[in-house]
Amino acid sequence: MDFIFELLIAFFLVVSGIFGFVGSFGMIKLKDPMSRLHAPTKATTLGVGGILLASICHSVLIEGHLSLHELLITLFLFLTAPITALFIAKWHIHRHEMPEDLPDAGEDELWATHAVEQVEDVPDHSTN
Amino acid sequence: MKLLRRIFPHPHLTILLTLVWLLLANAPSLNSLVFGLILGIIIPFVTQPYWPDRPKLRNWPMVVEYMLVVLWDIVVANVTVAKIILFKRDADRQPNWVCIPLELRTPEAITVLAGTITMTPGTVSCDLSAQGHNLLVHCLDTSDPDAVRDQIKQRYERRLKEIFE
Repeated sequence: MDFIFELLIAFFLVVSGIFGFVGSFGMIKLKDPMSRLHAPTKATTLGVGGILLASICHSVLIEGHLSLHELLITLFLFLTAPITALFIAKWHIHRHEMPEDLPDAGEDELWATHAVEQVEDVPDHSTN
Repeated sequence: MKLLRRIFPHPHLTILLTLVWLLLANAPSLNSLVFGLILGIIIPFVTQPYWPDRPKLRNWPMVVEYMLVVLWDIVVANVTVAKIILFKRDADRQPNWVCIPLELRTPEAITVLAGTITMTPGTVSCDLSAQGHNLLVHCLDTSDPDAVRDQIKQRYERRLKEIFE
């Protein structure tokens, strides 16, 4: 019976390893900054999720006590990861996208990042 | 009833905080339950002025359904995106901006929608229009932005509308 449990835990670990790898590989392969933003979302969802599932299974099936700590990690990740992604995306729009490059914002005319008045001229480091 | 409302201004937050405390302690005992309850009563009481008109969650079965749908979509989308990254040549990939007109007006509901879009691989929510009527989403690989828009509206926004509004 222990063998089946270990097989299950190993399966979750391998899955999380694969998706963690694909996420990191995507960072190298994808060329534009907005597409690169997509790669880490995989590492934080199935990558971390697999490890957490393996950890829960290990504590329940092998050590014989219930451990649900891991659910909290998922909760906090789901709260923080979108905010980081949003900030990086907004930075990219602020520095590298013109209002006419983005799709039409409908009745509001501008996207929020462009609607802010530019107060000071920040030097552009992107070419170096 | 009024007194009860005074002590528990936000019963859901009380339950959530108690649960989080129990999970943090990671060993169910009467001690941590009592302390979690104390935290669950004090924190909503103190933070009360910060959420003057919070939305009410209307449809609890829909909340569960929404979570299951999102979890399933995350697994499916992970595989799709992994295939794109591993096997598709970078030149063939068509990254695209998608504009999603929002029917949701509650800030909390829009936050949940934007977070969901970011957490499902393949799409990242990037910006909100100036008055909050549209959501800008970046798509990793799509030849048909309209289909992505319709899918997000149909799968997520429709359910969130039933939950929040």
